Amino acid sequence: MTEKVIMAGFGGQGVMSMGQLLTYAGMIENKQVSWLPSYGPEMRGGTANCAVIVSESPVGSPIITTDATSAIVMNLPSLVKFEENLKANGKLLINSSLIEQKTKREDVEAYYIPANEIANELGNNKVANMVMLGAFLELTKIVNVESVIEALKKVFGPAKEHLVPLNKQALERGAAAVK
Amino acid sequence: MAKVLMKGNEAIAAAAMKAGCKYFFGYPITPQNELPEFMSRELPKIGGVFVQAESEVAAINMIYGAAGTGARVMTSSSSPGMALKQEGISYCAGAELPCVIVNISRGGPGLGGIQPSQADYFMTTRGGGNGDYRHPVYAPATLQEAVDLTMEAFDVADYYRTPVIVMGDGMIGQMMEPVEFKETSNRELPAKDWATTGTEGKRQPNIINSLALDPAELEKHCHKLDARYKEIEEKEVRHEMYKMEGAEIVLVAYGTTSRIVKNAIDALQKEGIKAGLIRPITLWPFPEKAFDAIPETAKVILTVEMSTGQMIDDVKIANKGRLPIEFYGRTGGMIPTPEAIMEQVKEILGGVK
Amino acid sequence: MSTVFSKTEGLTDKQFHYCPGCTHGIIHRLVGEVLVELGVLGKAIGVAPVGCSVLAYDYFNCDMHEAAHGRAPAVATGIKRVLPDNVVFTYQGDGDLASIGTAEIIHAAHRGEKFTTIFVNNAIYGMTGGQMAPTTLIGQKATTAPFGRDAATTGMPLRMSEMLSTIDGAVFVERCTVHNVAGIRKTKKAIKKAFEVQIEGKGFGIVEILSTCPTNWGITPVESLKWLEENMIPYYPLGNFRTPEEGK
Repeated sequence: MTEKVIMAGFGGQGVMSMGQLLTYAGMIENKQVSWLPSYGPEMRGGTANCAVIVSESPVGSPIITTDATSAIVMNLPSLVKFEENLKANGKLLINSSLIEQKTKREDVEAYYIPANEIANELGNNKVANMVMLGAFLELTKIVNVESVIEALKKVFGPAKEHLVPLNKQALERGAAAVK
Repeated sequence: MAKVLMKGNEAIAAAAMKAGCKYFFGYPITPQNELPEFMSRELPKIGGVFVQAESEVAAINMIYGAAGTGARVMTSSSSPGMALKQEGISYCAGAELPCVIVNISRGGPGLGGIQPSQADYFMTTRGGGNGDYRHPVYAPATLQEAVDLTMEAFDVADYYRTPVIVMGDGMIGQMMEPVEFKETSNRELPAKDWATTGTEGKRQPNIINSLALDPAELEKHCHKLDARYKEIEEKEVRHEMYKMEGAEIVLVAYGTTSRIVKNAIDALQKEGIKAGLIRPITLWPFPEKAFDAIPETAKVILTVEMSTGQMIDDVKIANKGRLPIEFYGRTGGMIPTPEAIMEQVKEILGGVK
Repeated sequence: MSTVFSKTEGLTDKQFHYCPGCTHGIIHRLVGEVLVELGVLGKAIGVAPVGCSVLAYDYFNCDMHEAAHGRAPAVATGIKRVLPDNVVFTYQGDGDLASIGTAEIIHAAHRGEKFTTIFVNNAIYGMTGGQMAPTTLIGQKATTAPFGRDAATTGMPLRMSEMLSTIDGAVFVERCTVHNVAGIRKTKKAIKKAFEVQIEGKGFGIVEILSTCPTNWGITPVESLKWLEENMIPYYPLGNFRTPEEGK
């Protein structure tokens, strides 16, 4: 099984770290992984995106062209830019808190998740990315949630370990939103 | 040691430190900045030194000084900065100074862009600086290979007393993959009795120099270097063959591009088209002998590069006129897609049939 | 018979290639003597430039690097950062230091690199055949200023010591001359001080030394000493620009 996912949003939405967590979790599970970011001036306040591949077999090109199996879009420009990259029957996870319109694609599975509302209910707007990641994991089962938590602990380190429960909650709420 | 997930730029820096490099001199340029940033953070912890030079020109000349003391040293840059470093690289080659230089290349000419590109092939393999010299060039395709080759590069630099280039592109520099830092090879390295460390009144002065005003003396020096280059060509050339058995078409690609080509080859296989790959791992020395092993089933060669065609010159030399050579390239930071490569292959094979 | 003069151990037995009347030889000797007197010859690593003193690596009796044109301060930075306990110096002319290598010298001073620079200013490119330098005086003829240097198109001569003395990291800056005995004595003192500043870890030190080039100035050695005094010193005033306070 190979999951090729594009994650996109504006700077500060935690798109890059969401991708890194998934990659890290894949590595913990001894899967083949790659994480490829967009880089350059567009990163400074503009849109940010990364391509993550998690696979049972070695990763060839880390680039995802029109063969994305999933896309997580956090804002409208990302939807417009990346919905075209999905394969037929791919999964499109849309942050409906910030994106009012629907996808033009009729051949994909679209999920509308009010990530910011859910994050606000949890008391921290910053975990909207984790809500989306939770939904993604529920739909794809590409890695276990436990591996993501383990990755979180490694990325956060002891100083930020107190944030783990909140992130875990966000993952769970995201999963519940697409059940 | 367990695998760690790292960005390419940081993995190369960590590999250099693992290889015993304690001194780094650099100048900011995208897309390699994580490399000097990592060094500025990590080197002081082990008693090493990071200096942000005033320019790439200064940085490579700091390398010249530091390498002359016998220390393992590194600098890194990206294409326009590499152009500036050519002066110092030529001096290091002339003065026989071991050092490792990383080029995380980008599109050009001029200021160009910052997206992945392989347009520095000529500059890097043809001796971008003045004079009669060569230097090994490693072109990793994965981060694990970038780590392994960076560590190897220090040994090769010390063994042959030469600058060594590790060339990736923005994709290799920016992406993350799991890497493992294995123990370094046990190549037996010569003592650096030529290094300038102060005579302490116990020996004749050591002189680090590339000047030889007497043409006969300079010719002798160039011949000495050339003999070493021939030894490198003989012993250090590296390449990978992929799905060559029964291949109708042989693709040639390196670095980032080779990964995309592999995807295309796998997909073509599913459609019943047999394509193989020669992937140069050293760009200089170029794996010419690999072309002697192309199977008789092959009708044509397709060179794929992120440039308008530079490595193709070496492919032509290695091919020795045996097979027709086609080219497909994207440039300026555009990355070829597997689909486009597949289309090229089908068109070429259709044409040859 | 008693010995009244002997060659310093700081120099090799190699015969200088310098032209008659050129003062490079005197300056070489002063640097060699200072290294010996400070007891640091065995720890010394010098960096030669491109210019007339390009072959200085053959003359100084210590480990040497030959640098690319203007880059000696960068090379010295590399050496000193790896070997902080050694004594490192660059020996540069005015084309090397004040033209092609301005960025390198300014930023070495700016970083407060702990090495010593001997800057030989003879207001001309010697090795390449008398072309105009940034330090060439107004009206002075050069092979690329055949009608004399013109301020309107080439600017005014560059005063490097004054410029460098505005940089905090340059803790010792002095301009001297070697056209007479008193000047030579003062120059030696300044060179010694510049090395002491390095050895004490205080920062970057530079001694600018006004020097002659009879060959390219087109006058005799004796005339050139006079020319230096009458033309160079008024524009390039001698003296100390910066020195570390005692006890600091």
